[in-house]
Amino acid sequence: MKLRPVAAIVLRQFYLMRGSPVRVYPMVMWVAIDILLWGFITRYLNSVSGSGVNFVPTLLGAVLLWDFCARIMQGVSTAFLEDVWSRNLLNLFSSPLSVSEYITGLVVTSISTSCLGLAVMLALASGVFHLEFLSMGLPLAGFLLALFLFGITLGILGSGIVLRFGPASEWLLWPLPALMSPFAAVFYPLSVLPAWMQAVARLLPPSYVFEGMRALLAGRPLPAGLLAAGSALAAVELVAAAHLYGRIYRHVVRTGLLARYSAEGAA
Amino acid sequence: MNDCPPVSAPSEARHPAPPAATAAHALRVEGLRKDYPSVTALDGVSFSVGRGEIVGLLGPNGAGKTTTINVILGILEPTAGRVFVDGIDIAQDRARALRHTNFAAVYAALPGNLTVAENLRFFGLLYDIHALTSRVAELLEQFDLERLRNTKCGLLSSGEQTRAALAKALINRPRLLLLDEPTASLDPSAAQIVRERIRNLAKQDGCGILWTSHNMHEVQAVCDRVLFLSHGRVLLEGDPNALPGERGAANLEDLFIRVAREPLVHESAGPARGAGA
Repeated sequence: MKLRPVAAIVLRQFYLMRGSPVRVYPMVMWVAIDILLWGFITRYLNSVSGSGVNFVPTLLGAVLLWDFCARIMQGVSTAFLEDVWSRNLLNLFSSPLSVSEYITGLVVTSISTSCLGLAVMLALASGVFHLEFLSMGLPLAGFLLALFLFGITLGILGSGIVLRFGPASEWLLWPLPALMSPFAAVFYPLSVLPAWMQAVARLLPPSYVFEGMRALLAGRPLPAGLLAAGSALAAVELVAAAHLYGRIYRHVVRTGLLARYSAEGAA
Repeated sequence: MNDCPPVSAPSEARHPAPPAATAAHALRVEGLRKDYPSVTALDGVSFSVGRGEIVGLLGPNGAGKTTTINVILGILEPTAGRVFVDGIDIAQDRARALRHTNFAAVYAALPGNLTVAENLRFFGLLYDIHALTSRVAELLEQFDLERLRNTKCGLLSSGEQTRAALAKALINRPRLLLLDEPTASLDPSAAQIVRERIRNLAKQDGCGILWTSHNMHEVQAVCDRVLFLSHGRVLLEGDPNALPGERGAANLEDLFIRVAREPLVHESAGPARGAGA
């Protein structure tokens, strides 16, 4: 893998943001609105529950982590869609750029844009709602890593769907995080789900992360084995998604879908 | 109507030679075939483009020109056949083959939301070009794009976009350049300048150029050799100035019209010259 073609993909996204700063708006605004909304909901719940349970870390912390995962996914897929929208796939894939270099470029782009969103979320959550997120310590890095890997996986899958089924299928891509969230047990323990949903949840790394986070916040020891399993699952699913993307790429090259992409993009 | 004398097809065209040990050609295409479920887009296309040679790829809409270009660019996998760029088999080493290739086509415009200079830097990095800043400056000057360097490509006139696309196509100093209707959006003066530059590129740098156009006067002025494609097959091949006379046509445009309307007649006659350069 060559670094300069990867840098080209990242540079293109930087140019886009520099040329049109309004693109930065959704990276920070939606996450800020989420944090404010859920921050006030948790405050309200704290005031009416009388149970002594502090909802700020369990709910606001969960929102923050889930938003991070969703932004990672959107970072990858939006960077890919920029090439679809500008009908640039023909130019890209007729160059020496390899699929792995392209995906790496999308992932690096997503890391930078998602970190911006994460910083805004952390600043608001800790500054306004006193969420002591970093007090989770080292396990937090594990949570973020597993969610990061899963976000990348969803982004690659989403991009693969669009590559395979054409530009109009981008509407299948955006709801992916929402479709996953009931199974990911973001806001409630896995045990409240029916058995079949629990079975699905076990295939999703975020469910391990949120179970671990809740255990930690409840003062129980961190289920390190569970978190390790979640991270390993995330890594395996990422490799599988990258492999699937490679297969989709070969399919669109063989069937002529890639060559026809410009015309379809105009439709 | 068939007043074109039949010329037998050379054996080279029907029985492609084995791959050469050295890269004698900028491009060599052997027995290219592309089948779709309902149609055969390419049916045994073989030809080559020599170093410094400009070859016109002609044919009516749907003849297989763009399919051929897409296969050469590696964005379409052929059902059979091989493509060698500068002696490199694209199926074996795609990245190395494409490092020496570039293209400009009306259907593959540069991203409109980047400026001209940004696009050139972006593609320069993609092609792993060193001393990129000076290369970009050189191309901006060469294609009279200096004053437009900070203008987004989407805001350029079609002629300016064509010049920007040509600058991108030369960013890697390609050994093989594929140009699909490169002067279609240019005024006659700008088109003449572009033709001159591309001719110089072929002559001075030894770049092989595959040129598609529907402007037969331009083809006669620019191309050393032309290939007529119809229904995915090379029907005729030869010198654009001599070929019409050999085929009893008044000029290249007349020959084009005959080939487009009566491809089967010409198919039975076979290519006028060998598939090799």
